[in-house]
Amino acid sequence: MKEHKKQYWKGIEQLTEDPHFVAKAEREFPEYLPVGEAAGGDGSEGTTRRDFLKLMGFSVAAATLASCETPVKHAIPYLNKPEDVDPGIANYYASTYSEGGDYCSILVKTREGRPIKIEGNKHCPITRGGTNAQIEASILSLYDQHRLVAPQIKGKKAKWNDVDKQVVAGLKKAAASGKKISIVSHTILSPTTKKVIDEFIAKYPTAEHVVYDAVSYSGMLDANQECFGKRVIPSYKFDQANVIVSFGADFLGTWLSPVEFSKQYSLGRKIGTSRKTMSKHIQFESNLSLTGSNADNRFRIKPSQEGVIVAALYNHIAKKTGAIETISGSGLKDEKLKKAVAFTAEKLLASKGSSIVVSGSNDPAVQTLINGINFALNNYSSTLEMGLPSYYKQGSDQQFNQFVSDAKAGAIGAVIFYNVNPIYNTAKGAELANALKNVSLKVSTNIVKDETLAHVDIAAPDHHYLESWNDAEPIKGHLTLGQPTISPLFKTRQVQESLLAWAGNGTSYLDYLKGNWKSSFYNAQVTTFGFQAFWDKCLHDGIYQHGGMFAALADSVSNMQDVAIGGQVFTPNLSKAASSIAKNYKENKKGTELVLYQKIGIGTGYQSNNPWLQEMPDPITKATWDNYVTISPALAKSWGLKMEEGIFTKKAKLTVGKKSITAPVMVQPGQADDTVGLALGYGQKAAGRVANELGVDAYPLISSINNNQSLAATDQVKIELTSEKHEIAHTQTHHTFMGRKTVIQEATLTEYKKDPGAGRFHPMIATSEGKKKPSEVSLWKGHEYPNHHWGMVIDLNSCTGCSACTIACQAENNVPVVGKKEVIRRREMHWLRIDRYYSSDADENDTTGMEEPSANPEVVFQPMMCQHCNNAPCETVCPVAATTHSTEGLNQMTYNRCVGTRYCANNCPYKVRRFNWFKYHDSDKFPDNLAMNNDLGKMVLNPDVTVRARGVMEKCSMCVQRIQNGKLEAKKQGRKVEDADVNTACASSCPTDAIVFGDMNNPESQISKVLNEEQPERVYHVLEELNVSPNVFYLTKVRNKSKNGKKDA
Amino acid sequence: MQVTSTVRNPLVTGGKTIHDITEDVCRQVEGKPTKSWMLVLSMALGALTIGGYALAMTLWEGIGMWGLNKTVGWAWDITNFVWWVGIGHAGTLISAILLLFRQKWRTSINRAAEAMTIFAVICALLFPVIHTGRPWLTLYWPIPLPNAFGSLWVNFHSPLVWDFFAISTYFTVSLVFWYIGLIPDFATIRDRATNKISKAVYGALSFGWDGAAKTWSRYESVSLILAGLATPLVLSVHTIVSMDFATSVIPGWHTTIFPPYFVAGAIFSGFAMVLTLMIITRKVYKLEDYITISHIEMMNIIIIVTGSIVGVAYLTELFIAWYSGVEYEQYAFLNRATGPYWWSYAIMMTCNVVSPQLFWFKKIRTNIVATFILSIVVNIGMWFERFVIIVTSLHRDYVPSSWAMFHPTLYDMGVYLFSFGLFFTLFLLFAKFFPVINMAEVKSILKSSSEKRN
Repeated sequence: MKEHKKQYWKGIEQLTEDPHFVAKAEREFPEYLPVGEAAGGDGSEGTTRRDFLKLMGFSVAAATLASCETPVKHAIPYLNKPEDVDPGIANYYASTYSEGGDYCSILVKTREGRPIKIEGNKHCPITRGGTNAQIEASILSLYDQHRLVAPQIKGKKAKWNDVDKQVVAGLKKAAASGKKISIVSHTILSPTTKKVIDEFIAKYPTAEHVVYDAVSYSGMLDANQECFGKRVIPSYKFDQANVIVSFGADFLGTWLSPVEFSKQYSLGRKIGTSRKTMSKHIQFESNLSLTGSNADNRFRIKPSQEGVIVAALYNHIAKKTGAIETISGSGLKDEKLKKAVAFTAEKLLASKGSSIVVSGSNDPAVQTLINGINFALNNYSSTLEMGLPSYYKQGSDQQFNQFVSDAKAGAIGAVIFYNVNPIYNTAKGAELANALKNVSLKVSTNIVKDETLAHVDIAAPDHHYLESWNDAEPIKGHLTLGQPTISPLFKTRQVQESLLAWAGNGTSYLDYLKGNWKSSFYNAQVTTFGFQAFWDKCLHDGIYQHGGMFAALADSVSNMQDVAIGGQVFTPNLSKAASSIAKNYKENKKGTELVLYQKIGIGTGYQSNNPWLQEMPDPITKATWDNYVTISPALAKSWGLKMEEGIFTKKAKLTVGKKSITAPVMVQPGQADDTVGLALGYGQKAAGRVANELGVDAYPLISSINNNQSLAATDQVKIELTSEKHEIAHTQTHHTFMGRKTVIQEATLTEYKKDPGAGRFHPMIATSEGKKKPSEVSLWKGHEYPNHHWGMVIDLNSCTGCSACTIACQAENNVPVVGKKEVIRRREMHWLRIDRYYSSDADENDTTGMEEPSANPEVVFQPMMCQHCNNAPCETVCPVAATTHSTEGLNQMTYNRCVGTRYCANNCPYKVRRFNWFKYHDSDKFPDNLAMNNDLGKMVLNPDVTVRARGVMEKCSMCVQRIQNGKLEAKKQGRKVEDADVNTACASSCPTDAIVFGDMNNPESQISKVLNEEQPERVYHVLEELNVSPNVFYLTKVRNKSKNGKKDA
Repeated sequence: MQVTSTVRNPLVTGGKTIHDITEDVCRQVEGKPTKSWMLVLSMALGALTIGGYALAMTLWEGIGMWGLNKTVGWAWDITNFVWWVGIGHAGTLISAILLLFRQKWRTSINRAAEAMTIFAVICALLFPVIHTGRPWLTLYWPIPLPNAFGSLWVNFHSPLVWDFFAISTYFTVSLVFWYIGLIPDFATIRDRATNKISKAVYGALSFGWDGAAKTWSRYESVSLILAGLATPLVLSVHTIVSMDFATSVIPGWHTTIFPPYFVAGAIFSGFAMVLTLMIITRKVYKLEDYITISHIEMMNIIIIVTGSIVGVAYLTELFIAWYSGVEYEQYAFLNRATGPYWWSYAIMMTCNVVSPQLFWFKKIRTNIVATFILSIVVNIGMWFERFVIIVTSLHRDYVPSSWAMFHPTLYDMGVYLFSFGLFFTLFLLFAKFFPVINMAEVKSILKSSSEKRN
């Protein structure tokens, strides 16, 4: 076939051989291509298909890259590194926590300039390194979004200059008109601040300083004024007391200085090989308080009986000692009460001079008799020091009431609310709000937006205490300094500086403070030369003992007792007290009575916007996020009310006089019959997103006795159950330990003295070779711990249940807050919980009966966290080996490896593992988790601890980051790790030293000594028979009574 | 025409011929979907959609959507898992063990039973993945894969890893076994197919089956080998599932009786589920001559046997709890029977121990309606058995402070509904597009010579 040569033309141009065409004919794209130009060519040369592809490739890659959103990270490196800040290395600054008279000497841990954790200051002889939950949590309040960020005039942001102008003009006007200028504050511990206020008063002579306390000690102060001529509170030494009797004073929880008293109390209650005795603690109270739950004997009384009982005890002791005259009174008729008083008196008299009697009452009559009892028992100068007074509370109810009536009468021209919120936290809030209309200048220095803010013209917000300079004198001669640990976050100004400015003194408060310390303290001492050295030392230590030794400080009347015997100093008006008691108290008054109280976490409510504290289970009720009316089981029974699953309850209408509130009901074992309890600090309207509308406000229900605030209402109290349902978010809904001796092992002191191993339970496993200890029967080969073997011992006898450790752990380990709903669903995340068990009257074999706590139960607290088992059941079941055993005995979680089967949590006999059910961080669904859901809150996070993702398991790590840090520190110094290098957050926060952490491989460590020398008989493992071999040990609980579960009396 | 033995009752009634069998079975595959099928499928798809929403929300937000808590870490999720795995036991048991024992009556039910097994195992496999906090990792982290993390390996101590092996092996073998059985029938459908698509699809599915004697011989050998492989698996799967509990330290879980008890329970619930499905299929597809009353009776007898084994196991547990002298064990069982979840224990006891005993009465065990109702009752009971084991053991274990209650949320229920939707969707698709009765094998049990014609 002939080859067919067909020719195809590209176009007519080819046929005509157009020269323009021919020139480009060989090209692939003869026509004009815009790519060439774009590629920089001229369009004729060098633009090839390859270039086009390259260009396209680049464009696509660039477009792809551009479409990926680069997360913007706000990590700004230091341009000039501050001298003291090393990234990754924590700095500690000594400072002082003093809020409304609550005092603690602290160390603030800062990382990269951010305070992230509060620790106790071990140098402080008062708080001795302890803290409590409120103090631990205050670090989060620093980063509260609800804080005022700038001064305000009439609700609008303003400049400090304008504020000063307006205030000064207002003050001058008030002074000119002769009206009073009132500075209203809580107790101020700072001597320098008092000086500032004095200077202010000097400038404005009509000014007065009104001091009140939300929970008042005014009656006690008045009684002391009368008895001793000084309006102060003595310092207490619970550690020196062999017998402690408390009438409703919750001195381990909320009364005066709980950290200090917890420390002292625990010292008196420590037992061991070297000390086989402990103090006896008797409590009379209506609500079951933290202190009452730790008492050896607890008597339930109505508040209307308190005076009569105190009087009976007084007479009993006065008669026996003859040191003081008896008072008239009808005496007790009820046999039980008589017995209780006789029993108490007998114990007290047996420990004359080394006992202590305290009362939480604010009735001067009762306090007078309490003073009388202590006096008759020779306790002054041994367990109470009048010559070494404490200044924790200085408020005067009369003064505050006068202020309110002055304001009503229009006698006040200006008022400065110095970090107080009286509209909320007094019974007269509403009255005051009305009266404030008569005051022309109203200033508030509160750091947060609160109820009072709405009633003032000018907000001049103070710094947070962690941003401030300050000092404090909690006990005469004991001084502490507070220093800022971060530059002010907002445009706030320290309140003292504001007062100085308004008084026309332009010095900064730091200079003023230094000046005062120089003149008042430096000049009075001889040990340190040079003010700067003196200042540096005080600042470093955080504390300064004015006048040298603490004890030597007592003034000339230090030995009060001796002087008093001469009839010179102790001058109680006994007849007045007696008649007052006869009038106000009755032994057998009918009807319901109300006792208001403070919760351990929330207190008076000034930190109520702190989600850590809201989610902290109340040590007694184990409830979170709420307040409630606590009622006795007897009342619940008469109502037919049962708290189903421990959560579901109903609301009750509580009426006191003309006021009434509706609050959920909580059945509380230990609540005295015919009494109900209700916590203060809730029901706030403007406390911030966390606390608003949470619970009910109990402040309006506060009544008065002898012109002083009274937390007890004994008249016209009615409680009626409504049909309204409510759920209380409990973390523990089962209240007894079901007689399980492997969980709780306890003994009485009598038994302990006979046998230090009393109360220990020794489970045995039956084998073919007879009975064996669980540890002798094992499939496990065991692990080797060549270097360290970390362990922990928890003394159930020392633990008071205060929950400081829970919050310390939360702050240290970035534990999320999950909110009320999730707690109701039983999903709180705390790594460390405190199990609280009540005793039951039922027979041990009656498992249903055992579920019911006694009406007046014995209480035991058991801190429970990961037990770091050597034969850990969680480790074997994890399919991906996300939880493993370390060579140092730690059970460690690898969050990255965890897929979240929850098998480990199911197989944990202690139920200490916590699962991230949701994404708790960076989530709109958990706005209350302030520490993880806003940029400000996130500053509190510990950078050494991962914030856990959704779907992973977490649990106590024994603060592995602290262990690593301690090991590194020791390594740098080329020595072995010592006790001082490592401590867990829980152990270091504990005000009673109930938790001892350390290396069990080191024979010198404290834990080795406790386990092997001091307490070998008391040591036990929870659930020993499982032989999971925990590295957490417990020491038996020992009560100072003859027989457990029964009253001595 | 079928030939009937004088001594044995025929396994297939109605005088079916070999051609009748082909017709009866292929009719469903070749015909248009019936209205009732469409209705049921849309219900299944509805369940799948509603359940799918619950599942999607769970995956999106986290396991917190369910009612689990710090104390009860597993509840409906693992209950459903074990329940579905249990159901997935009958099919392989019928086709493998009964094949080895030459139980010819199995031929008319084994196909559907195996299909049910496979779908049940698919439903079961859903739960171990989605119940975890990070399911996207659970998909492959529990597999011992070579990885870039250095020496990181799975934890061979963990029963969950054993589970993974046990269930994946079981699933694979069951699937292959089922598919091998389908091949000759696919070929039949292929040969009868009138439209191109059917021909192509069934042609592909039948793997070029030619019906030669050699092919049949291979088919038989493979069936026998797979039956041999599958038989131990029937026992091993639930044994290993039971070890999830038995190897733990939780009272009520830590029980050596679990393996046999779980296997018996699984067969028990599996047969009940087979009955539930077969009674419906038989009615809807008019297969009464293939799945006869005697089939139902046989299966009911197995239900009595396994139900009684389960009952004995329950009583043994109670006895051992008392006999052991272990406080926690005793409380766990006392709490099961009298605690807050007593009702679930009562349901379990009634449904699993009492109700199957009714089958001792011939009237009841040969009554279709009674069997149908009881088959559902048994599966309700078996679901509660797992619920009782998992939830009531966990909710009150050692440390009373952590005792808690579990309340399911709508999402717990939704995900369970999803598994039902998935199961029934798959089963309905199977019933429409695959031959529900093994034609080839049923044909083999029709006697066609040597005996008297009727």
